[in-house]
Amino acid sequence: MNIVECRDVRKIYRQGKVEVYALRGVDLSIEEGGFLALAGPSGSGKTTLLNIIGGLDYADAGSISVNGNQIDRMNQTELANLRLHNIGFVFQAYNLIPVLSALENVEFVMLLQGVSPTERRSRATAILDDVGLDGLYHRRPAELSGGQQQRVAVARAIVSNPSIVLADEPTANLDSKSGEGLLEMMREMNEKKGVTFIFSTHDKMVMDFARRLVQIRDGLVAEDQVKE
Amino acid sequence: MYLQLAWRNIWRNPRRTIVIMTAVVIGVWAMIFLGALMRGVSAQMVKNGIATLTGHIQIHQRGFRNDPVIENSMHEPEMVEALLAEYLPSDARWSPRVRVDAIANNARHSGGLTLVGIDPEREAGVSFIGQAVVKGEYLDAGDEYGIIVGQALVDKFETKLGRKLVFMSQDTERDIASRAFRIRGVFRAEMEATEKQYAFITKGAAQKMLKLGAGISEISILLADYEDAESVADNLKEVIPPDSYEVETWRELLPLVTAVLKMYDWFIYIWYLVIFIAMGFGIVNTILMAVFERIREFGLFRALGMKPLWIVKEVLTESFFLLTLGMIIGSGLGLLSIHALADTGIDLSALSEGLEFVGMSRVIYPVIIIRDIVVANLVVLVLGIAVSAYPAIKAARFTPVEAMART
Ligand SMILES: Nc1ncnc2c1ncn2[C@@H]1O[C@H](COP(=O)(O)OP(=O)(O)OP(=O)(O)O)[C@@H](O)[C@H]1O
Ligand SMILES: [Mg+2]
Repeated sequence: MNIVECRDVRKIYRQGKVEVYALRGVDLSIEEGGFLALAGPSGSGKTTLLNIIGGLDYADAGSISVNGNQIDRMNQTELANLRLHNIGFVFQAYNLIPVLSALENVEFVMLLQGVSPTERRSRATAILDDVGLDGLYHRRPAELSGGQQQRVAVARAIVSNPSIVLADEPTANLDSKSGEGLLEMMREMNEKKGVTFIFSTHDKMVMDFARRLVQIRDGLVAEDQVKE
Repeated sequence: MYLQLAWRNIWRNPRRTIVIMTAVVIGVWAMIFLGALMRGVSAQMVKNGIATLTGHIQIHQRGFRNDPVIENSMHEPEMVEALLAEYLPSDARWSPRVRVDAIANNARHSGGLTLVGIDPEREAGVSFIGQAVVKGEYLDAGDEYGIIVGQALVDKFETKLGRKLVFMSQDTERDIASRAFRIRGVFRAEMEATEKQYAFITKGAAQKMLKLGAGISEISILLADYEDAESVADNLKEVIPPDSYEVETWRELLPLVTAVLKMYDWFIYIWYLVIFIAMGFGIVNTILMAVFERIREFGLFRALGMKPLWIVKEVLTESFFLLTLGMIIGSGLGLLSIHALADTGIDLSALSEGLEFVGMSRVIYPVIIIRDIVVANLVVLVLGIAVSAYPAIKAARFTPVEAMART
């Protein structure tokens, strides 16, 4: 079963009289449990596509289904619920709430979901251990390295067992060693928990790690390569 | 954790938090402290009014209040006094009086005033005059020709202790009644007007001069607590024949004071509002600033699936903490300043000439009224939260995409 189905997805940004065709008819199916990277030059539309799949932004045309939900027909509240329960995000930076500790950042999503405090605590500590952050529970984001912060973000993204994790250039601010560590960790989570990961990236290493590499150019899928 | 989030957020920029909290503290302090001073002024007005000669409740012959001539006196006060002895609470005191407008003369001056015939011993338990004599002595019950006058009157008439004053008035037979009295004592009062207005003689002397027999003009009653005036008056109205007698409380007897008291209520609440408006701009600005600094964070909240309403709640919780902290400190300081002034008061003698006509004293003591403190805090809290709604809604409107675009 495909967890993401994009059919002829189009997105046009209008700024005054200027129209930017960010997506010009993207067709893309992503299988459940995938570990996929979207690559392509700057401005090609990777972030736009991720945002649309994640329900952060609306497409102008086309149909998008995520986990069986036709999200192009959903309203803001339904999208918020979908994000809360089915989609995890990892951004390039500023992923964490600065005034909360690592543990609290992970718990925060479960708080929004209404998970009981004791369960929140045990799930959050377990996932932080999984991503290699045992002992750093009570550090604030400012007291963690960039790589550690991204691990917290991944932990938060997967703690409530979403169908997909969307990661927009998650390694862009990391040195190659931390980047590799992070990628290994995500691959482990992908294999262990079966969570689908979709990345956008310029990073050669991410492309190497990915099991499927989709090249986007000028708002279109230019190349789709499944590695074995 | 939700509350922790808000709590920690307000301390992210401690300087800003302290600035806005200081504004709230000063605002609440000003509300409570100046409110208490205004209450002090009005309490003093009531007290002066009551102590001067009003008492808490008065009883007159029906008609006397409309036309206070001697013919409208109470002719059978014994019966009323018997009822009072039976129905008043045991700690209440009362005093019968004769009251008549008269003209005072001496060799150089003449002027109008109110001659008050009192039962010296009982009057001392009811009105200020018992403690007010500063020169000479208080009246004896049997004194037929003694009089006590105010210092201001003594000055005005250029007379002194032991000298005579001649008083003229109309008696019950509509003849001119005239009698000479010797100044036995001089009194001082809170207000100069009182010193000029009243002269005290014995009840017996007044009754003889006016050919009044046993009649009196009024009975003034002092209760243990002035708040009881209404309920006690209602009880008395049940037993004292209403077609012959009128029972009135200080609120009815001092209509000016009552009106001023009402006005003060408004003054205080307008004062609260004025302060709040000044403070409100600061609150809105500060919170707006804090919100704009955190656009990315609110975008992140939204991306994580937080509903806009939660974001509104989050921002409002932050301002709730700010306001509550400011309110606690401000109220505390307000109460402290009131406490500090409780014994000394604030001396307004320099201004007292102008203030006296409304019945204000020379020294005002702040008075704490719980309701005022509650209202002040409610104003700050409710309106504070209300104005914070604007930045809160702004925060909820940032969409994740535009928030994330601002790197
Ligand atoms: N909010 C926006 N308003 C107007 N144009 C936009 C907006 N966001 C993106 N674009 C334009 O849409 C196109 C696609 O942008 P997008 O951010 O998806 O590219 P990207 O592939 O993620 O690039 P990068 O690798 O630099 O992150 C670009 O031409 C960009 O300028
Ligand atoms: Mg991008």
